[in-house]
Amino acid sequence: MRTLLLRSLFLKPVTVPPPQPDTPPSEDVVLVELGRALEMRARRLFGRSIAIREIDAGSCNGCELEIHALNNAVYDVERFGIKFVASPRHADVLLVTGPVTHNMRAALERTYAATPDPKWVIAAGDCAAGCGVFAESYATVGSLSAVLPVDLTIPGCPPKPIDLLKGLLSLMEQATAKATP
Amino acid sequence: MSAERLAALIADRAPVSGHRPWPRYEIDHDTWIAIGQALGEGGGDLLGLWGEKDNVHLALRVAGEAVPCVVTVRVRIADFPSIGRFHAPAIRLERAVRDLYGFAPIGMLDRRPWLDHGAWSMRAPLGSRPPAARRDPGTYDFLPVKGEGLHQIPVGPVHAGIIEPGHFRFTANGEIVARLEQRLGYVHKGIDGLLTDTDLERAGRIMARVSGDSTVAYSFAFSLAVEQALELEAPPRAQVLRGIMAELERTANHLGDFGAICNDASFSLIHAHCGIFRERVLAASERAFGHRLMMDRIVPGGCEDASPGAPRAIQTMLEEIEQPFAEIVRLYEDTPSLQDRTCHTGFVSPDLAAQWAAGGHVGRASGRDFDTRRDFPYPPYDNASFEVPLFSAGDVDARIWVRIREIEQSMAMIKTWIADLPAGPSRAELPPLAGVREGIAMTEAFRGDIMAWVRIVDGRIARAHARDASWFQWPLLEAAIESNIVADFPLCNKSFNCSYSGHDL
Repeated sequence: MRTLLLRSLFLKPVTVPPPQPDTPPSEDVVLVELGRALEMRARRLFGRSIAIREIDAGSCNGCELEIHALNNAVYDVERFGIKFVASPRHADVLLVTGPVTHNMRAALERTYAATPDPKWVIAAGDCAAGCGVFAESYATVGSLSAVLPVDLTIPGCPPKPIDLLKGLLSLMEQATAKATP
Repeated sequence: MSAERLAALIADRAPVSGHRPWPRYEIDHDTWIAIGQALGEGGGDLLGLWGEKDNVHLALRVAGEAVPCVVTVRVRIADFPSIGRFHAPAIRLERAVRDLYGFAPIGMLDRRPWLDHGAWSMRAPLGSRPPAARRDPGTYDFLPVKGEGLHQIPVGPVHAGIIEPGHFRFTANGEIVARLEQRLGYVHKGIDGLLTDTDLERAGRIMARVSGDSTVAYSFAFSLAVEQALELEAPPRAQVLRGIMAELERTANHLGDFGAICNDASFSLIHAHCGIFRERVLAASERAFGHRLMMDRIVPGGCEDASPGAPRAIQTMLEEIEQPFAEIVRLYEDTPSLQDRTCHTGFVSPDLAAQWAAGGHVGRASGRDFDTRRDFPYPPYDNASFEVPLFSAGDVDARIWVRIREIEQSMAMIKTWIADLPAGPSRAELPPLAGVREGIAMTEAFRGDIMAWVRIVDGRIARAHARDASWFQWPLLEAAIESNIVADFPLCNKSFNCSYSGHDL
């Protein structure tokens, strides 16, 4: 282990350079309804740090795999001050995946209620965005916006980690830009 | 003995025509009951149990037989005899059939709903659909636990990590878990309903999303089932490309889990390295097949062709991670403080693994010598040489070793295939289709065998069903955690890594 650790000290980092959040991040990352929600609370923003609580509201777990990847050494979201937290009580942002199954709806609403204000909701993946394959079922609501106010949508099936990262950075950039007079 | 009796029950029957490749028999209620009893006495493996309008199907393998079969019982008014009262692995499947179709399994021991949390505004959504008042989804009769000094720890459905939702009710005595009871069904999306009367393409996209981490294995199983039904074979190039994708998927998942298990013991160094390896595999998959998880690449008749740079991308990736991976495995071997957490933790007895026909690393770490790729071979594995690692300790450590050895086997297979990729087309035209045709297939996903069944009527999917390996693994997790400390649950859970979505459908 010592050799391994020692060698790691001299290796170049595997982390990818940060993507540009200012410009529309990529063609398939779209910002929705962001301004309205953020203007109201412009002064009380997260500065350079956000805490995210991830909620699977019925996904196939594909989105979870890619969200998980954000924490690996290649994407390393913590360098941007983004961290995933274990409780909604500690969260600024709820990152929600899945078409919202009826069986998860109550838990999702309770998690939202347990998150302190100000809070933002991101719909990650096509299912949460309302265009997934599970939208038309007796068991699903069909889109996250039918249950919670959505501030940002990151489409993809599943969205790639780099697109998730761009989406998250956009949210932060726009929020801090509005916070500065 | 019981195997012979089970075999005798289905011998000399005329199978339903048009069901391939396994025979399907329509049987009466008495035979159904006798089959349940024989399964309960260890005469064979239960491979699946699912419903449709008026029928309940059961897939089984008589112990020692090479070819499984499906038996079908017609529902009488709205009931059918319970198999679960004889053979426990059927219990949750029957509860699911009852919730979805409203068929009552006569004699069932556990009468609590399973997938129906009272949130659908109706009962039996795939049956008679009577309206029902919404219940508070929080109400559920957990099994009573009595004893001195016991306390309960409710966990979920929203968990602390980035994982799928489910509820775990621990009853603990101090640090020691006296019982774990699971409550699942939170991510029930109505997949059986969506796989009723739909076109092939849409059904394929849904099948690819039964469990995202096994998307390749599901598309593979679905495509094989459709090809069986239509008596079609994918071209040689597609067969090999499918194998490469399936093994890339297995490698990526095992790498992720190996790291995550170690991380749950707070050994983050292995986790960090495995995270990088996994990322390399996914990046190479994207370069080769245009999607990191290779979703929707495998389709009935073949698969999307690989990019021209695919062999090089995959070759380079394998060369990059092979050596460092071996080093990380040595690190695992040489770290007793880590093995202190994994050895003798989360024990699953060989008897339980055999009774539940537990697939994948759960079965193979507890001495159950089964791998779909070897035992029900399908292309390209029928022509591949690989070893099926088998361990008997039944603990977290054994499940880690199964995964490590499988990663090595997968990388070797990919190497062989990529070096000699057959030329030619990667897709075959589906033949013009008429009449009723049924197909069934099993593939080996990273977590174990999965099954796909289809009925095609005039070119459309009339009904399809997917059965995840998790159905026969989740209950064993309840057994594995018994008498372990609460803090070891994450290790046990991750060493299984059952699918919530694949189970909840």
